[in-house]
Amino acid sequence: MNSQQNSRKYILIVTVMLILAVVYLIKLFSLQVVNKDYAEAAKNNALRQITEHPDRGLIYDRNDSLLVFNDAAYDLMVVPKELRTFDTLDLCRILDITKEELETRIEKASAYSKIIPSLFAQQMSKEDYGYLQEKMFKFPGFFVQTRTLRSYPEAVAAHILGYVGEVSEQTMEDDPYYKMGDYIGISGIEKAYETELRGVKGQRVVLVDVNNREIGSYHNGEEDVKAVPGTALWSTLDLRLQRYGEQLMQNKRGSIVAIEPKTGEILCIVSSPGYDPNLLVGKDRSKNYRMLLMDSIKKPLFNRALQAMYPPGSTFKLANGLIAQEEGILTANTIYPCPGGYQVGSHKIGCHHSGPTNLMSAVQHSCNTYFCKAFYNIISNKSKYKTIQQGYTAWREHIMKLGFGTTFDTDLPYEKKGILPSADYFDRVYLGHWNGNSVVSMGIGQGEVCVTPIQMANMLAVIANRGYYVRPHVIKAIGTKDHLNTQYMDKVNVDIKPQYFDPIIEGMEMAATAGTARGAQIEGIRVAGKTGTAQNPHGRDHSVFALIAPVDDPQIVVFCLVENGGWGASVACPIASLIAELYLTGEVKRKAVEENMLNLSLK
Amino acid sequence: MILLNTRTSTNGFDGRLILYYVLLVIIGWMTIFSTSYNAANPQEFSFALPYVRQLVWIGTSVVIAVGILLLESRIIQHSGYYVYAFCLLLVLSTFVLGSKVNGATSWIKIGSFSIQPTEFMKLATALTLAQFFTEGKTVGQRRRLWVIAFAIILIPALTILLQKDTGSALVFLSFVVLFYREGMSGLIFVFGAIAVFLAVFTLMFNEIYAVALLTLVLVIAWIIDRRDKKKVLRNIIVFVVAVLFVAAVNIAYEKVLQPHQKQRIDTLMGKTSDPKGADFNLIQSKIAIGSGGFFGKGYLNGTQTKLNFVPEQSTDFIFCAIGEEWGFVGSCAITALFLMLVIRILRLSEKQRSPFVRYYGYGIAGIIAFHFFINIGMTVGLVPIIGIPLPFISYGGSSLWAFTGMLFIFIKLNDN
Repeated sequence: MNSQQNSRKYILIVTVMLILAVVYLIKLFSLQVVNKDYAEAAKNNALRQITEHPDRGLIYDRNDSLLVFNDAAYDLMVVPKELRTFDTLDLCRILDITKEELETRIEKASAYSKIIPSLFAQQMSKEDYGYLQEKMFKFPGFFVQTRTLRSYPEAVAAHILGYVGEVSEQTMEDDPYYKMGDYIGISGIEKAYETELRGVKGQRVVLVDVNNREIGSYHNGEEDVKAVPGTALWSTLDLRLQRYGEQLMQNKRGSIVAIEPKTGEILCIVSSPGYDPNLLVGKDRSKNYRMLLMDSIKKPLFNRALQAMYPPGSTFKLANGLIAQEEGILTANTIYPCPGGYQVGSHKIGCHHSGPTNLMSAVQHSCNTYFCKAFYNIISNKSKYKTIQQGYTAWREHIMKLGFGTTFDTDLPYEKKGILPSADYFDRVYLGHWNGNSVVSMGIGQGEVCVTPIQMANMLAVIANRGYYVRPHVIKAIGTKDHLNTQYMDKVNVDIKPQYFDPIIEGMEMAATAGTARGAQIEGIRVAGKTGTAQNPHGRDHSVFALIAPVDDPQIVVFCLVENGGWGASVACPIASLIAELYLTGEVKRKAVEENMLNLSLK
Repeated sequence: MILLNTRTSTNGFDGRLILYYVLLVIIGWMTIFSTSYNAANPQEFSFALPYVRQLVWIGTSVVIAVGILLLESRIIQHSGYYVYAFCLLLVLSTFVLGSKVNGATSWIKIGSFSIQPTEFMKLATALTLAQFFTEGKTVGQRRRLWVIAFAIILIPALTILLQKDTGSALVFLSFVVLFYREGMSGLIFVFGAIAVFLAVFTLMFNEIYAVALLTLVLVIAWIIDRRDKKKVLRNIIVFVVAVLFVAAVNIAYEKVLQPHQKQRIDTLMGKTSDPKGADFNLIQSKIAIGSGGFFGKGYLNGTQTKLNFVPEQSTDFIFCAIGEEWGFVGSCAITALFLMLVIRILRLSEKQRSPFVRYYGYGIAGIIAFHFFINIGMTVGLVPIIGIPLPFISYGGSSLWAFTGMLFIFIKLNDN
């Protein structure tokens, strides 16, 4: 062995080590400097973004009584990427789900995102939460997020308040604000004011260790974003009135809509049968929703106040009386004789009153003959309109200006337009040959016209305001009580001169004092009313009542319809009047009437 | 030759080696501190804390180092066999006394501390080989001496293998550096390289492909050598041996390896991917190192290593913390430091007139280099995950004591 050979071996050994070292450094360079994936992975690995769900905005009634508030709920979230083998049985037992269900949920979450937390089990009970919290270390990849659920101090106004539910996949695609498991307003006020109510989600970045434990906040919380709580809303509803209305409508079908005419603010809006809004909260929401949806007898989800279309009945005569004056067909003192009915060919539309009648008295006694004649004259006004089509169209335009055949498009959920056929429709039906008598029943609110209770209540507001309405809405103020919701404050003019309203109101007042609507009288208050009996081909007629009070300075208009209630005077009239009494006087003195109505069951 | 400085005498202990040692130990302690330190949640001072315990180990190591430097060189040079026998006994005793740590029964518990005799076995083997080669004089020529030399490394290696501590057993392979320097044929490395290739090929695909490949090579060799009957015969013998080797690898993989070891090999070969299971350690380790970037996240600012994402973050995977907090710069620095240390030992060994010191120096340089390359390699996915510590840096008393002893014996002997 010579030393040259040995020194060559030394050099070779050192060279091999240097080459190895270079290989290692190249690998390290690619790992640390070239490849950026690892830095990203590290973020997801050690940092967990926890979404801070803001409290949804509270909803108050017009007198600061709470309608909707929030209750704490605990959601179990899962981060699929962080999942490792765990005792599935144990988790299934705690959550009371099957293993298949557990696997399905994990798959669903994985399909959504591997690293963004997904909702795994929502709204655990406080007991389950406490139990799970202690065992959390056994379930890597899971964590509990607290958030709030809607809660209702009183089970009222479910249709109008609406409900919140998990956001749909479609919505998530359309609006990146929403992540899987977020809640969103699905109907009613919750939906209409979603952006105000939801607030702004916050974010907390926390360090977690491999055992799923939170170690502390990241960068001392510098990257955290505080959640902004949702904005509070003040509803136009009067909780007391709403509650009372719903009580009065117990065991009846139908609707009450009360509006403050000057502002279009809905004071109470009842659709009966309704449901307890607390049913559509929490983990049983879908189950309860299905149950409500399947109830084909009561149809509790059906909001009659906005969606049910009824023949308006005699209350529609008020509109025709106004239009007839505006069209120059008659004045307050125009007298039509009433022979106890209106003859249409061989058919006679009966009238329970007879004798010569002026407009006021026609309203007071709900004279069919008078309004049939008036309606006939409006649409067959040869001096103004050449054809029946033109005459009818002119009438129809007036009616639409009063808010019929259309929707108000305010914050009300799913309004229906009602039915208001065009002239074309009658052309088709009568093959082009029709005259005023063909459609004359529309003059007394029967026939082809159908309206919703909210439209009728709005018409009452027009009468009370003598010529205009403010679109009916349910939210008065946003954020603070004096920050008014200005979107729906415009006055809509109906193009009928104010003086034409006087005989109508006078007639209504006469009806309430000495006519069909005597049951509407409230002690110390001048009430104007109009009964209606909407013909119902399927059974007993619907009882309808329209009320304006006080006459000298209307504060409230009430429209009430009770299905199968019979005469307007029998059920709808006392109910509407009780509502007005409570609102205007703060108490109900007619205990016997109240008792009667509360106990009346038309189921 | 610049590398072979013919200077015959040294002046005192080698300052550079001591400097490298001090640097590595300080870096090690700082890193251990970082992995267990949590600013948001400070722990009470306690002897249960790794960095506190490591301070104790460092203190005792200094005592050991000073003790060694005060010893007579002669005693060290003649103690090899006794130390070897003693350590082997300790290793064997773990069969009876040992407690299981990470699947390996190679620890002896003494009170609240545990020692790992295998760490000392490496030092003992280096000493013994040096003594054996010195006394056997011309090792290069005598086959019997080679057999004994191999026996000296295989006895502890196999014993440790029986304790399922594969990593530590493999460390004994590092003595081939010494053997090569002292006359073992370089062909062994060529054969070794071919064997490694065949083994990897077999594991990556399967034994049938491996045999098919060998057959292809045999056919090519036959076409080249067909006129020379002797060579054809030789080729066939080589072929048969190779096929047997492939079979042996296959059997070893299927029957001998533990499931977790098989899994690690499969992971490394890219055969399986299971980010939540077996791959987890490697993925977490790569994420930690990779997220360090060029300059690192800064001392005490690592998230991956601090939050226990990386397994064994203060022992076998301590490099993750360095990579994460000091980035590529830190990786380079550690690599450079180890290279300088190892090359310094080799260089001083070459300069030595005393063959004992040279034998010993090559022995421990091989061990340290092996530890370094395997340890770093496993954290970045270049070699399978073999649980061996990073010398001087990883947390652990046995390892630190053994490596301190190893280095300071060299420093002492070198100054002779």
